[in-house]
Amino acid sequence: MNKIKITIDNKPIEVDPGTSLLKAADTVGIKIPTLCYLHLEDLNIENKPGGCRICVVEVAGRRNLAPACATQCLDGMIVRTNTMRVLNARKTVMELILSDHPFDCLICAKSGQCDLQKLAQDLGIREIHYKGEQSHYKEDRSPSIIRDMDKCILCRRCEMMCNDFQTVGALSGINRGFMAVVATAFEQDLVKSPCTYCGQCVAVCPTGALTEVDHTNQIIRLLANPKKTVIVQTAPAVRAALGEEFGLEPGTLVTGKLVSALKQLGFDYVFDTDFAADLTIMEEGTELLKRLTNYLNGDKEESLPILTSCCPAWVNFFEEYFPELNDIPSTARSPQQMFGAIAKTYFADKIGVDRKDLVVVSIMPCLAKKYECQRDEFKVDGNPDVDFSLSTRELAALIKQANIDFLTLPDDDFDSPMGESTGAGVIFGTTGGVIEAAVRTAYELYTGKKLEKIGFEELRGMAGIRQATLDFDGLPINIGIAHGLGNARELLESIKAGTCSFHAIEIMACPGGCIGGGGQPLHHGNSQVIVARQKAIYQEDASKPIRKSHENPYIKKLYDEFLGSPLSEKSHHLLHTRYFDRSKTKVIIKKEQE
Amino acid sequence: MSSIKIELHENQVKELVEVCRSFNNEAGELINVLHKAQGIFGYLPAEVQEIVARELKVSVAKVYGVVTFYSFFTMVPKGQHPISICMGTACYVRGAEKVLDEFKRKLKVPVGETTPDGKFSLNCLRCVGACGLAPVVMVGDKTYGRVSPDGVKEILAEYA
Repeated sequence: MNKIKITIDNKPIEVDPGTSLLKAADTVGIKIPTLCYLHLEDLNIENKPGGCRICVVEVAGRRNLAPACATQCLDGMIVRTNTMRVLNARKTVMELILSDHPFDCLICAKSGQCDLQKLAQDLGIREIHYKGEQSHYKEDRSPSIIRDMDKCILCRRCEMMCNDFQTVGALSGINRGFMAVVATAFEQDLVKSPCTYCGQCVAVCPTGALTEVDHTNQIIRLLANPKKTVIVQTAPAVRAALGEEFGLEPGTLVTGKLVSALKQLGFDYVFDTDFAADLTIMEEGTELLKRLTNYLNGDKEESLPILTSCCPAWVNFFEEYFPELNDIPSTARSPQQMFGAIAKTYFADKIGVDRKDLVVVSIMPCLAKKYECQRDEFKVDGNPDVDFSLSTRELAALIKQANIDFLTLPDDDFDSPMGESTGAGVIFGTTGGVIEAAVRTAYELYTGKKLEKIGFEELRGMAGIRQATLDFDGLPINIGIAHGLGNARELLESIKAGTCSFHAIEIMACPGGCIGGGGQPLHHGNSQVIVARQKAIYQEDASKPIRKSHENPYIKKLYDEFLGSPLSEKSHHLLHTRYFDRSKTKVIIKKEQE
Repeated sequence: MSSIKIELHENQVKELVEVCRSFNNEAGELINVLHKAQGIFGYLPAEVQEIVARELKVSVAKVYGVVTFYSFFTMVPKGQHPISICMGTACYVRGAEKVLDEFKRKLKVPVGETTPDGKFSLNCLRCVGACGLAPVVMVGDKTYGRVSPDGVKEILAEYA
């Protein structure tokens, strides 16, 4: 392919045809500022509306300034990125954006992490020359996400994630001119929209317009209450990302420091959601084998594939868009909810605490978990199995408020018994991990043979949809994997059309799985951050002495002492759930009178 | 926006589904489909937008985005007698704004809305090509020329 030769700020550059000025400049260390632009390269996610005009540059021979993100390099172009004209234009654009933005930076949830705030600093904005009317909208509070559209700068990143990547379609730009804003259909509250609470809008929002519901104050109050026993579970993806909030490199595992911090915060017991992930595998893996055996024996009632059900945003998605497939996903509850159910029965009995005085907190990379733990089916007489779900970001905020110097903390170990887990539980945090964990157990239970090679490389990676055929001692098992709800929709459509031959499918709503969840430290458009977290997860798995869920001694003990066996009546009652038709678009049609 | 569910007539819904089909249910034809839909129903209530979204496989939010972007589309049903006041240059300089104000005062509704009894709706338009008669008001298909604020009462009385 012929290279294209251009000059940017007097530096000669050769690039491939189709390269944008923004990318070309980046290759020679020229960082053109951007705002609406977002490119998660490893995940094939791009937002390039060319709308904010912050990235404008001067191209010799052109009358108008060109947006660098949306302008392709052409042979012979001479580009200047920092002339007087460019700098003035950028400042003007920025001042106009800020003229319709609230100035509550000091107390804004996004302060310090806000792309708009950083850009105002980088551009040296010290005065705003434009005064006028400001937009005001009603704050919209859902169980997971808060929308404060006064702070929206119309970058359309959320709209792109919600529609193009997730195909949820809860958000869209509406109205025009000064009245333009991102909203739901008919400007209803998020709870009335098809929103799945995946939180990917929050993960890409450059300002404080989209944030999570903050539960940190409730937790501080509960930790100070001597009448309450407060226990905590932490999801696998948290340990691979929390360090970023304290300046550590992405992909730094901080499991030991995380446990230390939680103990210093005053939690009475610090447990691991990975324990519940192992439990999930016992239930879901057994269910898979049961359904597979029925199917192979010619049971016409049995339908395959079985779909994983750990991801709450994914559950919300199929309840909204594919209620007719409600009997296909595994009935196994998510690890968060299995943990809660066991904690408030088995564990509460063990320590002699009434469930009303036992508070279960979860630390999750996820915002949909906040909604999940409030579902009625996960409550006993109004008392939820999991009382509060905090995001990784909220935990970082708690640690900072408690004056804990995270980086100098010693490593500590999870408490027993619900802190013991296997490598299979750890990999739940990444795309491909749940199904790999299930396969490790299902293989041994089905074949009765020992699995020689524990790692299934063919199930790993970052491609949006992956498939592999595994050999179960002569029986070929077809596995499908999707992350991102748009990819999930594609697989679901093929199930509906009867064109797929998968036995089991794993689905996670967020890009990369939980490691890229809506509650994680912000990636600021750098997808390498998510790739690094994935490496860390597999690294922790490889370092675990036990890597198969059914070999977890504390899981065996739980079945011996309490549950009996997987899919037992007690297991069904505590560890399984059912799904509902939550499709929201219902049109009433009046029959014509004859 | 209104959260009251409106019942749609089966025949009209059939016609709408047929319109979508005539555009091959292509998402790219959304604006054309909405144009025809407004022709069928007179306006675009939420339920109609939901059907269009379902047929073209786009989100309801996207459909609502397009409906709110273009001023031609309306979610408010037109009155039995739609009143349009020309705000073109000729009408404007000859006092159309004062005429509009009088209509707003008499009907007690702002521009773009319909009286609670469903009788009149009030809208502005840009030039009907009868500048010699400025200022011009249209009620349904009937045109009124050289309208003064004092004449508003008489016009409304015709439809009482």
